[in-house]
Amino acid sequence: MIDARGLSCPMPVVMVQKAVQSDAPATLEVLLDNPCSVENVTRFATNSGYKVEVHPADEDEYRLVLTKQ
Amino acid sequence: MEQEQNVKLTKLAHCAGCGAKVGAGVLAQLLEGIRTHRDPNLLVGFDKSDDASVYKVSDELALVQTVDFFPPIADDPYLFGQIAATNALSDVYAMGGEPKLALNLLCIPESMPKSAVHDLLRGGYEKVYEAGAIITGGHSILDEEPKYGLAVTGFVHPDRVLTNAGARPGDVLLFTKPLGIGVLTTAAKADLCPPEALQQAYTLMTTLNKAARDCMVRYEVHACTDVTGFGFLGHAYEMAQGSGVGLEIDTGAVDILPEALEFAKMGLLPEGMYRNRRYAEGAVDPGAVPLAVQDVLYDPQTAGGLLMAVAPGDADALYRDLLAAVPSAQRVGVVLPETEGGKRITLR
Repeated sequence: MIDARGLSCPMPVVMVQKAVQSDAPATLEVLLDNPCSVENVTRFATNSGYKVEVHPADEDEYRLVLTKQ
Repeated sequence: MEQEQNVKLTKLAHCAGCGAKVGAGVLAQLLEGIRTHRDPNLLVGFDKSDDASVYKVSDELALVQTVDFFPPIADDPYLFGQIAATNALSDVYAMGGEPKLALNLLCIPESMPKSAVHDLLRGGYEKVYEAGAIITGGHSILDEEPKYGLAVTGFVHPDRVLTNAGARPGDVLLFTKPLGIGVLTTAAKADLCPPEALQQAYTLMTTLNKAARDCMVRYEVHACTDVTGFGFLGHAYEMAQGSGVGLEIDTGAVDILPEALEFAKMGLLPEGMYRNRRYAEGAVDPGAVPLAVQDVLYDPQTAGGLLMAVAPGDADALYRDLLAAVPSAQRVGVVLPETEGGKRITLR
């Protein structure tokens, strides 16, 4: 799981990229706290062959589940 | 002190360059209900969403006034100074005017080394001088985040003012710089942008729109705006709305920095891109244009190019002239009549 809460763009998407590129995980959970990061991670993951589910968690928090297609 | 010298300017900034701009929709709300006063000599005022205000002094002369400043978009203070000045001067060019006087606006942290502040100001002075204008003073305050820009005053003939609201159906749209500057500077924040690509973005951001303006004023141009914080489509939308027309953009003809498309696919997009998208996308029919291309069309630019609507009979000649003076010029679309119920901007 990646917890990128408290980080501003583009750091969260960079963390996800590193995880995907080094481990190519079948699934990956990502915690985020701004809509820009949600969109950016979604764009990256979709273009890297992952399906993305966005679950709004607490106020202004999001849990993303990335699943390798 | 040693440590302060090594502080990267962009790391002190929350958002880079024109990406720091308050969103267009938010701005309209902030201004709502504020009483404005009329003056018959005010040719362009703040109710028009235009690049600068224009005030008629005589039948021969109007003043163009504008102000622009932002947090560091480059780590090198001299470069940041040049970029901020290029960007501030651009609003005068976008109105068809020539800048004459400028005042510095400077916010600096107490810890910022004097040599860095000096370099920053030197960058501003040199660009303003290159534009044929002079800096006559300014104001500085202490602030945690550095910011720099200028208030610029220029002149234009009152009958030759170019607003963003004069585009007519049949006009041809020309644009003068490639897009993707905001995406590249975002990637640079994560140290992912190759140095050559970043250098290209810096070169674009320090290229005055003077040559483009000097070509433009020789032809029948009906509308002009400079593409900055609201991105290509944000500013195009303002032009379409202000002019009461539709625009068709040939996205294949829009020059996009090659790395920018790659970074857009990787999700390295600045927050301002999403703000611009929210502002304008209701008025845009994206057709089958790929998402990454659309994203770059919404990408906030710093010191971006001029977008002009030129009379069809003058389009070829102006485009030829532009290409000689501004090699990055592109013919990006046409102005259409307003359609009821249709989208203002069509991408194809």
